[in-house]
Amino acid sequence: MDFQVVVLAGGTSKKLVPLVSKEVPKALLPVANRPVLSYVLEQLELSNIKDLIVVVEGADAALCVGGWISAAYVDRLHVEVATVPEDVGTAGALRAIAHHLTAKDVLVVSGDLVSDVPPGAVTAAHRRHDAVVTAMICSVPVSGLSEAGSSGAKDKTKKPGRYNIIGMDPTKQFLLHIATGAELEKDTRIRKSILRAVGQMDIRADLMDAHMYAFNRSVLQEVLDQKDKFQSLKQDVLPYLVRSQLKSEILINGAPQGQQAKENGNDKVSYRILANASTPSFHELYALGPNGSAPVRRTHKCCVYIASNSKYCVRLNSIQAFMDINRDVIGEANHLSGYNFSAQNNIIHPSAELGSKTTVGPHCMLGEGSQMGDKCSVKRSVIGRHCRIGSNVKVVNSVVMNHVTIGDGCSIQGSVICSNAQLQERVALKDCQVGLGYVVSAGCEYKGESLARKEK
Amino acid sequence: MGAQKKRAAAAAAAARVSEDPDDLARQPLQAILLADSFTTKFRPITLERPKVLLPLVNVPMINYTLAWLEAAGVAEVFVFCCAHSKQVIDYLENSEWFSQPNFTVKTIESHNIISAGDALRLIYEQNVIHGDFVLISGDTVSNMSLTQALQEHKERKKKDNNAVMTMIIKKSKPSPITRQSRLGTDELFMAIDPNTKQLLYYEDKADHSKGTICLDKMLLAENPSISLHNDKQDCYIDICSPEVLSLFTDNFDYQHLRRHFVKGLLLDDIMGYKIFTHEIHSSYAARIDNYRSYDIVSKDIIQRWTYPYVPDVKFCGNRATKLERRGICFTAFNSEIEQSRSAQVGSFTVIGYGTKIGSNSKISDSVIGEGCTIGSNVLIEGSYIWDNVIIEDGCELRHVIVCDGVIMKAGAVLKPGVVLSFKVVIGERFVVPAYSKVSLLQQPTVHDSDEELEYADNSSGTVEFSSIQGTADQSNGEMTSESSEAHKPKLGTGGVGYIWSICEGGQEEEWRHSVAPIPEDKLTELSEAMDDDQELVTQDRTALSTSGELISDSNASEGDDNEDSKDDSVYFEKEVEATFLRAVEENVKVDHVILEVNSLRLSYNMTSADCAGAVFYSMMKLAIKTPHSSASELQQNTANIITTWQKLLKSYLLEIDEEIEIILKFEEMCLESAKEFSPLFARILHILYDKDILQEDAILRWADEKEGADESDKVFVRQSEKFIQWLREASEEED
Repeated sequence: MDFQVVVLAGGTSKKLVPLVSKEVPKALLPVANRPVLSYVLEQLELSNIKDLIVVVEGADAALCVGGWISAAYVDRLHVEVATVPEDVGTAGALRAIAHHLTAKDVLVVSGDLVSDVPPGAVTAAHRRHDAVVTAMICSVPVSGLSEAGSSGAKDKTKKPGRYNIIGMDPTKQFLLHIATGAELEKDTRIRKSILRAVGQMDIRADLMDAHMYAFNRSVLQEVLDQKDKFQSLKQDVLPYLVRSQLKSEILINGAPQGQQAKENGNDKVSYRILANASTPSFHELYALGPNGSAPVRRTHKCCVYIASNSKYCVRLNSIQAFMDINRDVIGEANHLSGYNFSAQNNIIHPSAELGSKTTVGPHCMLGEGSQMGDKCSVKRSVIGRHCRIGSNVKVVNSVVMNHVTIGDGCSIQGSVICSNAQLQERVALKDCQVGLGYVVSAGCEYKGESLARKEK
Repeated sequence: MGAQKKRAAAAAAAARVSEDPDDLARQPLQAILLADSFTTKFRPITLERPKVLLPLVNVPMINYTLAWLEAAGVAEVFVFCCAHSKQVIDYLENSEWFSQPNFTVKTIESHNIISAGDALRLIYEQNVIHGDFVLISGDTVSNMSLTQALQEHKERKKKDNNAVMTMIIKKSKPSPITRQSRLGTDELFMAIDPNTKQLLYYEDKADHSKGTICLDKMLLAENPSISLHNDKQDCYIDICSPEVLSLFTDNFDYQHLRRHFVKGLLLDDIMGYKIFTHEIHSSYAARIDNYRSYDIVSKDIIQRWTYPYVPDVKFCGNRATKLERRGICFTAFNSEIEQSRSAQVGSFTVIGYGTKIGSNSKISDSVIGEGCTIGSNVLIEGSYIWDNVIIEDGCELRHVIVCDGVIMKAGAVLKPGVVLSFKVVIGERFVVPAYSKVSLLQQPTVHDSDEELEYADNSSGTVEFSSIQGTADQSNGEMTSESSEAHKPKLGTGGVGYIWSICEGGQEEEWRHSVAPIPEDKLTELSEAMDDDQELVTQDRTALSTSGELISDSNASEGDDNEDSKDDSVYFEKEVEATFLRAVEENVKVDHVILEVNSLRLSYNMTSADCAGAVFYSMMKLAIKTPHSSASELQQNTANIITTWQKLLKSYLLEIDEEIEIILKFEEMCLESAKEFSPLFARILHILYDKDILQEDAILRWADEKEGADESDKVFVRQSEKFIQWLREASEEED
C-alpha cells in the first residue's frame, strides 16, 4: 500500500487546560480509561496500516507519548515518533517532517479523533478519483445532549454548533467549497465560476471536517513549500486547494503540462474504469477547450468521503467534547471502547471494591483497583484506576481519572477530576474541572469553575 | 351589459365557493395571461404588431399559451392587453377562443400600464381572481401537466399560509462560456432547499463583475442544507395564491415579476412569504424572451418536443400540415405548395399554404409562412420567413427573421442575425450587414434606457405606420416619394426602410440574443476571457495569501462593512441637517421636527445619541452660517439658536451618554469642520449648561474621561478648566 500515515497528536492544547499538563499531553487524555490516541491507532491497525509517524508538539509531550506507544504497541505497530516545536500548526508540523514522507499519498489523521470510520475508506475514495486531497466529512456531533445530565446545560439552548460550511457536487464526491472559523460568521460567498462548471452545488452547514485527510504527497509538499505562511491544514491548505481546483497552480509530479496531458491520455481508459464513471467529471469537462480538444486548463480534484450517520466521529478538541466522548464511548458508541459490558450495561473492573448500598448505574465505568464507600451512587460517569471514594458520594455525568481521592459526602456533577486530585469532605462540584493533583478543601462548593495548581 | 352580468354572477358564484374551504378543489382554476412582455427585445417588429401575435411556426404565439392553458384544466383566462391591445383583442375576437366550451377568455385592456406589476395591481382592483391562479405571459410554450404542481401548491398552502407561489423550473445548463442559457437568457443562480423545494435565493440579472454569490449567513443558519443551482431555467410559469395580487398592491413599487417581486419576497423576512419551486423533467416549457429563444423554441416545436402543439397536429388556430418523412427528419408540407421540381427542401422545415418555390432553390431548417413567393436559386438556411414575403431570384438568407410583406429584390443577401420588419424592401444585390434590424419605422430617438416600453410608441407608431405604408405600397411600383429616395443608399436600389442603429452598449451583446448561432470566434474570445477571469480570482487570492490569507481576507470585508455603516451615518447626518434647515426656514413646529427626525432615526437604524449629535451638529452649522462679524456675535447667534430649538435637542437627551455625545461632537466640530467655534468652546459649553441641555454630571464625566487622553485631545478641557472647576466646587457644596 503506497500510503504513509501521519498522526498529528498535538501537544498540550490550551483549549483543554486544566485537563492537560506537561505530564498528560492531549494525546494521552483518557477516554474510558484509555488514551485518546489509542482509538486512532486501533482504527489504523484495523485497516491494516502498521507503519506510521506520530507527530507530537513539544519535547516533553513527545517523550510521554513515545513512552506510552512503545509500551502499548511494542509488537503490533511500527511507530516513529517525531517531535516538532510547539505552535507550528498542523501545516508546520508536516513541513517539519517532510523528509520522512516518500510515498505517493499521505494520510493525515488528527490524533484526537475518536471514530469508527475505517481510514481505508478515505484512502480508497482518494485513489478512485486520483484526487489531490480527500477530506473526511462527518455530521456535526450533538454536543452536550444528555437526557439526565447537566453536562450540557450551557449548550442546551444553543443549536448544534456549526463548524464548517461545505459545498459539494450533487454526487457528493467532490469538495467545491469549504468555510471554516471566522468565515462562518459572515455571509457565505460562493464562487460563480465553480458553480458554472458544476451546475449544482449542495451546501451543507450540518457537516464538519473531521480532520482526516488523504493528500497527494508531491502536491502537499509543493503547497507547503510555496506557501510558507500556511499554518493549518484545515484553515489554509485545504481551502487553498479547494479554491484553486479549477485553475490549478500545482505541477502534478512536477511534470510540465504537455507531458501531463499526454499521461492523462494514456491513462484515460484505465482511469475511467477506476473512476467507475461513464461520463467524465466536471473537472475534465471544464479542462477541455471550447471545441472539446485537448485540455487547455489545469484542474485538480478535491474529494470528500462522507462518514455515514451511523458511524461515530468526534474530535476531542474541547472540554465539552472530552465529556461528550467519554459519555458516548461508554454509552451509545460503546463498541468503540473495546470493553465487554456487563448485563447492567456498565463495566466494573473485578478488582474494584464497592461498599454496601452503593449503586453504579448503566453507562458507567469503574477502573481497576478503585474503592468506593457505602451509599454511593454513580451515574453515566467514568472512574479511573485506584481511586478512593468515601461514603455518600454522588458522581453524575462526570469523568474521574486515576488515583483520585474523594472524601465522604461529596457531590460531583458534570465535572472532570484529573489524576491525583483530592476532594475533601462534602465538596460539591458542578460543571467544574479539577486539575492534576489539585486539592479541594472540605465543604467547598464550586460551579462552572476551573480549578488547577498554579503552573510554576 | 350581458357580459357584465355574467361576470357578476361568476364572481358571486366564486365567492360562494371560496366561503366553503372544503370546496376549494372544485373552484375553477383561473389564469392571468399577460399579453405584453413589457420589454423591447423584439423591436422593431413589436412596434407594429404585439409580441404575442408574432407567428411561431406559422401560429401566433398566444395560441400556444392558450391551448396549453385549456389543456391544463384552466377554466377562465384573463388576457391582459396593453401594447397594441386593439390588435390582440381583435385577433381573439375573431379566433375560436371566445367560443370554447368550458374555457372562457376575457380581455382586460389598459394603456397606461408600464409593467407587469402595474398590470397585476389593476387586475387586483377588478376583483376577478378568487382562488389560486396561473400567472403566465403570452409568449410561453409548454405542454406540462399542471396537476401535480397545483396539488403541491395547494397542500403547501394548506399547511403554511405563507407559501404564496410555486415557480416552475426546468433543468437547462447554461453554457459556461457564454453564460447564457440555450434560450439566450442570462444565466440564473438559484438556491433551493433540497427537501422542501423552497426558493431561497434568485439572481438572474447576473452581475458579471461579481465573481461570487453571497448567501446571507442567516440563510445557512436556518437551513443546514441548501442546493445552489446554475443548471435550472425559469419557465416563467407561476402558480400563485390570491395573496400575490394583494402583495403587488401593497408594494406599489414592484414592477418586474422576478427582479422586484421574487427578490422582494426573498429578502423580506417580516412577512415571511415563501416561494417554492416545482421542477419538470420530461415535459416542455419555455418562454420566448428574445430572438434566440424564438429560434430555439421554433426548432423545438418542429422537432416535436412540444407535442401536441406541433405543426402536424391541429390545435386551435392552426391548420394541420402534412408531414413528410425525409430520411430520418421531418418536413412539414402543405398540399397547396407549388414547388419546382428542382427545388430542394431540406429537413426540419415547415412551409405554409400557397407558397411558391422556384427552381434550384434550397431551403433547410427554416419556417416559411403562407403565400410567399420564392424565386429560383434562392438559399434559405435556418431562417424564419413570415407570410406573403416575396424573395426574388438569387437571394441568400441565413439565420434571419423576415416579417410579413417583405420584398427582397434579386440577388439581395441577408447576413446572419438580420431582422426585417414588416413590408421592408431590400434593393437589388444589396447586402444587409449582420445583426442589423430594418424597419419602415424610424428608430425612436428617445430611447433613454432599456426600461423603455413597447407601448410607449404605440400611438405614434401606428400613425407613422399608416403614412409610411402608403409610400411602401407605392414604392412597389415606381418610387417617387422623397422619403424612399433619401434611404436609397441605405438599402440599395429600390430599397425601402431604415436600418436601425444598434443601441449604445448593445453592439457586442447583439450576438447573444440573435437568431444566428454564436460565431466561432466569439466563443474562443469568450473562453479566453473566462480564463483571464479565473486568473484574476486566483491572483488576488494569492496576493492575499502572502500576507496571512484568511485574516487579510476578513479584514478586507470588515472594512467594507465599516464603510457601509459610516456611509449611513453620514447620510443620516445630512438628512437631519436638511430637515432642520427646512424647519428653520419654514418655521415648522418643534414637535413636527421631532417626528421627522424620529422617522429618520428609525429608517437609518440610529440611536438617540446619534440623533442628538446630528441635531446639535445642524444647529451649530446654522449658527456658523448665520452672518456674523465677530466672535461675540457668533456666540450670540449660537445662544439664540440653542434657545429656540432646545426642545428639539432635549428630546434626544434621554441619558447622560447622549449629553456626552454632544460634547464630543462639539469638540470634533471645533477641531475639524467649524474651527471658528474653538475659541468659544468654554462659553458655549456654559450656555448649554445654563439652558439645562447639559447637566453637570455629563460635563464632569467628559472631563474625567479626557483625563488620560493625549495632550492634543485635552485642548478644550484645558479651555473650560475654570468652568469645570466651578462645577466641581458647586457640586461639592451641595453635598
